[in-house]
Amino acid sequence: MSAAATRAEIAATACGDLFLGAGAILASPTGIIPSIGARLARLTHNPALLLSDGAATLYADTPPIGHPFEVREGSLPYRALFELIASGRRHVIMGAAQLDRHGNQNLSAIGPHDRPTRQLLGARAAAANTINHPTSYFVARHQPRVFVDRVDTVTGIGSDRARALGPAARFHDIRAIITDLAVLDLSGPGGTLALRTVHPGVEVAAVVEATGCALHVPAVTPETRAPDAHELTLIRERIDPDRHREREIPEP
Amino acid sequence: MIDITLAERDVPTLIRDGMTIGIGGWGSRRKPLALVRAVISSGAKNLTIVSFGGPDVGLLCASGQARRIVHGFVTLDSIPIDPHFARARQAGEVETLELDEAMLGAGLRAASRRLGFEATRAGLGSDALREGSGIRTIPCPYTGETLVAMPAIPLDLALLHADRADRRGNVQCLGEDPHLDDLFAGAAATTIVSTDLLVETEELGAAHPSTLHIPRTVVDHVVVVEDSVGFTANPPLRSRDENAQRSYAAAADHDETRRAYLAGFVAGAAGAEPR
Repeated sequence: MSAAATRAEIAATACGDLFLGAGAILASPTGIIPSIGARLARLTHNPALLLSDGAATLYADTPPIGHPFEVREGSLPYRALFELIASGRRHVIMGAAQLDRHGNQNLSAIGPHDRPTRQLLGARAAAANTINHPTSYFVARHQPRVFVDRVDTVTGIGSDRARALGPAARFHDIRAIITDLAVLDLSGPGGTLALRTVHPGVEVAAVVEATGCALHVPAVTPETRAPDAHELTLIRERIDPDRHREREIPEP
Repeated sequence: MIDITLAERDVPTLIRDGMTIGIGGWGSRRKPLALVRAVISSGAKNLTIVSFGGPDVGLLCASGQARRIVHGFVTLDSIPIDPHFARARQAGEVETLELDEAMLGAGLRAASRRLGFEATRAGLGSDALREGSGIRTIPCPYTGETLVAMPAIPLDLALLHADRADRRGNVQCLGEDPHLDDLFAGAAATTIVSTDLLVETEELGAAHPSTLHIPRTVVDHVVVVEDSVGFTANPPLRSRDENAQRSYAAAADHDETRRAYLAGFVAGAAGAEPR
């Protein structure tokens, strides 16, 4: 029997589970752990999943992280990606510099918008994503400065902004926020941040402490599922033999 | 014989104070840095720069010519945030209109189609529609659904790079992503395209016609210049010069290094080391 799954492997598996039953949609993972998850999903429960190299091409093969794709199966330049986003046939796992309790995301800048203290990545397509198709977030380091009461700029919209839009936001769908400690979602009162599962070995109190805004904790919090033996072998030998995952989420 | 080629030294005469200039490419990919060098040489001030931003935006922030940036990001790809842009924005030296990428595309498309706006769902509920952005929503006339009425982004000038071009203004992109260059061209009153390689029209046809991605109806000038894209990536012809990009980024920290870098950039080939 192989060694128990690491936090990185559990988080990657949780990312993969986001694509359960999704069929032939484009998976757009940002970062190593989400990319492992998307590849794991395609090699197990969702072989129809589409993957791109992050540039303009869709690929049919599923190479290890850090190795190039080789088998082209489609063209997806940015303008076609915008059309695909509008059609809804995509699930993105984005990062976030800040997230508030309604799931509003800030990728733009910290501080006042006109003269911020720190420039971040920029708005990118977060607003288009969150209004058009399923969106999840991956946070490699669960800490109070990420989960804040109020984000400085809203790039990806959360549940309160979506509710205010009414039927115009009918495709808004924040599925999960996967971190190194837990899986969160927006199932709390009024569409607020809630603890869905904690990773094995993590105390609920530690998640609450690492969350800088209010977090709904249900009476019973299950553990995040660990990858099964087949999934573990795929992650360790097929998808990430070079162990890039440990750089993104090191073992505590 | 039609010939719309323009000498590099004449490009600065087309740049005037207060222009709105759109720049093609994406991030640190296929950026017409030789044409950006011409903008710097012109000395034109109070420019509005519209871009899926990379070092084009950073350079015009460093030169102090950009007053307003219309963008969704300014990245160097392998370096996530352009430090010249970040410094200028954090110092309050430039105004920004920060849009969702799809909104920026919609604004250019509206201008290209000579419409006042394009309806899109992108941006609804986000701070791209914050007070002061001037962007409004409208009800769909058929369903009543709220939509963003993304205003047209007309350009005085578009600066683009093509992998190959002919004298007539047919331009070719051999890479997998033509980005939104044709929308920049369509949105602009005047479009200038740089290329390293001027070829006969017959030669352009060797690759698939879909690589001839911009019709010459929207190309006004072709500028043949060596090293048009500087250190930025230009697949499949060349990869990014990461060392040269690092030198560019490292120059952002101090006034003196920034000035020295710009002087070297203007004097030398686009993307050359400061000298």
